[in-house]
Amino acid sequence: MWHNLGSDQELFRDTTARFLEQHVGLAHQRKVLRHDPAGFDPGWWKSGAELGWTMCLVPEAAGGGSVSGRGPTDAALIAYEFGRHAAPGPFVDCNITAAALGRAGGHEAALAALLGGEAVAGHCLGAAPWRRDPAIEIRRDGSDFIISGEVRPVESAGQARWLLVTGASAGGMTQLLVPADAPGIAIRPLKGMDVTRRFFAVGFSGVRLPAAALVGGFARADEAVSRQIAEAAVLLCAEAVGAMDAAFAMTLDYAFQRYTFGRALASYQALKHRFADLKSWLEASHAVSDAAADALADDSPLAIETASAAKAYVGDKGPELAQDCVQLHGGIGVTYEHDLHFFLRRVTVNRLLYGTPAEHRRLIAAIRLREEKAA
Amino acid sequence: MIAPDIGVEEFRAAARAWIKANLGPIQPWDIDQECADDAEELVAVARDRALQRRIHDGGFAGICFPREYGGLGLSPAHQRAFNEELVGHEFPSRFAVPTFSPCAAVLLEYGSPEQKARHIPAILKGDEVWVQMLSEPGGGSDVAGATTSAVRAGDCGDDDWIINGSKVWTSRAWWADWGLCLARTNWNLPKHQGLTVFLLKLQQPGVEIHRIERLTGETEACQEFMTDVRIPDSLRMGEVDGGWTIGTRWMFHERMGSNSPYVTRPVGLSGAAAEGPGPLAIARRAGRLDDPAALELVGEARALDIVTHALRKRMIDAATSGAGNSDGSAIDRLFVGMAHVRQKTIAFELAGSEAAAWDEDEAAQVGTPGMDFLMRQVSCIGGGTTEISRNVIAERVLGMPREPSGDRNIPFRDVPRGPARG
Repeated sequence: MWHNLGSDQELFRDTTARFLEQHVGLAHQRKVLRHDPAGFDPGWWKSGAELGWTMCLVPEAAGGGSVSGRGPTDAALIAYEFGRHAAPGPFVDCNITAAALGRAGGHEAALAALLGGEAVAGHCLGAAPWRRDPAIEIRRDGSDFIISGEVRPVESAGQARWLLVTGASAGGMTQLLVPADAPGIAIRPLKGMDVTRRFFAVGFSGVRLPAAALVGGFARADEAVSRQIAEAAVLLCAEAVGAMDAAFAMTLDYAFQRYTFGRALASYQALKHRFADLKSWLEASHAVSDAAADALADDSPLAIETASAAKAYVGDKGPELAQDCVQLHGGIGVTYEHDLHFFLRRVTVNRLLYGTPAEHRRLIAAIRLREEKAA
Repeated sequence: MIAPDIGVEEFRAAARAWIKANLGPIQPWDIDQECADDAEELVAVARDRALQRRIHDGGFAGICFPREYGGLGLSPAHQRAFNEELVGHEFPSRFAVPTFSPCAAVLLEYGSPEQKARHIPAILKGDEVWVQMLSEPGGGSDVAGATTSAVRAGDCGDDDWIINGSKVWTSRAWWADWGLCLARTNWNLPKHQGLTVFLLKLQQPGVEIHRIERLTGETEACQEFMTDVRIPDSLRMGEVDGGWTIGTRWMFHERMGSNSPYVTRPVGLSGAAAEGPGPLAIARRAGRLDDPAALELVGEARALDIVTHALRKRMIDAATSGAGNSDGSAIDRLFVGMAHVRQKTIAFELAGSEAAAWDEDEAAQVGTPGMDFLMRQVSCIGGGTTEISRNVIAERVLGMPREPSGDRNIPFRDVPRGPARG
């Protein structure tokens, strides 16, 4: 994370850090939240949202706002703390849905409930720039819309009051805000890797929605979806960097504590060089994750590409770093009792959401080809 | 004339206007500094000297150098703004590294007022190109193990020095002007305590310069043989036997390389075609633009460029905010070395079998990814190996225990320099 934050930003970040430590410490997650069907307590989420967790990406005119005026940067600071604490809660999808609604306009009640933490949303990303065959199709029927298909994994769909559904239509992507209890929706729980994050398969069998469900324009959402994916990439990367920091710090500490053949692990050059490599990945992950948030905050022409670069790089190095931390710990590193797995899970799941490294690399290549043609 | 209190954005605007009006588009040899032969290299050198002079006369040389030595006395942020505006334009690449950093940076920190007054303005005007005389045939990474010797002449009552020995891997010494030379002045003290730094004119009797041919056939690296080179004491930098105090900062400035606030060279992500054929051109030539595996490699190479750029900015922010220590530059050095290795491998992979052999037209179109692959490890060797960077990161950034060594606290003359015989 940034070396040059304002004091407002530090206060914002530190308040969340304290709140997470207090309420969702790893001991509590390990024993209690592990068995919670939602993975988090809705009352806790509401109190957290009141600290500003879901506001940063929403324009002020729509009821949002951020402490520094640089929304993506401030949201990334909170995401970083979520990662460092391996915190539960549908942080990314609630932010992305709120941002989508705030920019598109309409849906005031839903947006207010997301901002206040009274309700949560899940994002059914049934079409994406890297997908040739969309999982979800949205077509018009008179003034209504019909959704069909199945998408997975969708985080917190079982807890969500609304689903932001992204699907393919003739001529482009469409986004709808859909009540999770609309007829024709089947939400099926899946088993997943994270201790506290719940994932679902969401099926739409000809789900009919009125025109008012539209977010943005019909078959005109490509640009909005790209922006949302970039924002999600920024948050997922910032989370991953927080988790990488935590995993690296506990592993470095272990290297000093653990003695073998009469010496600390930290004294072996073979291991020192491994730690140096991990440190370089960690710093590079911080750097590109911050750069991606800054590029969005600055509305840079490179914003989408930088977010994809971050998702590709951090998505790749996050799990590699965490796995090497496991290796450096030895057998204790894969026990449930140890804290390390919380961070391994976080970086691994984050690698897969909103586009894998391979998918983002193809996006970058597509951007390069487009730029070349334009030049 | 740039005001001493000019803001960064105002400076950027002035720089942009001047660059656009005075510097042409970037040339192929600006980036890789590779010329077809010596004649072309000498043309490029003359043109780099003239370019540096043009920047000087335009009032933009030495942005972070003090005004009393002909610089502008501005901040690293100003230099970075200039470097960002320079993207896509020609620039005097042969001055960037090692002349401005580490050489001029070290001169600025440790040179006497007379040495600074004589050399820094000359560098800024394009009159002096410097090299670093560090590595020796007996040791590259173990810089403080230098065995090039400097002894007092001792005759006629003067305090001249006589230098004997050899330095190696000195880029472009065959036409360069001056070198910073690390030499041993006391063999009875432990390794780090008997060194002294000298300013050495390269083109003078007693300095014989050989060219080293690399596996590609290019010969920019040199080896110098110094035989009884007599120089006045005024060319000594810092204290006698105090050379390693300078050496540690010298290493720091070397690791900073192109990131140094003293270096003028373009930084940015324009992706301009002028920067040479990239992975996309290679994939196109190989007919692989509709191959998802190839596109993933193209995207990965570009992502590494973006991460490299972001990491440089982070390192500068850390330095200016006081968050990082100076050894943090080893992190950047390691990352960039490994990123280049990966990028060369990607280009090689994209090219397919055509990387094995090529004609001149193809080389102009897509470069020589096969030959670049053979030279791949250079990015992890030159400027201090990545192994040394890993030691620095582990020991000085992460605070892990130091490696045991066989040369501490014993007189340097007793340090083993080869296997025991007999």
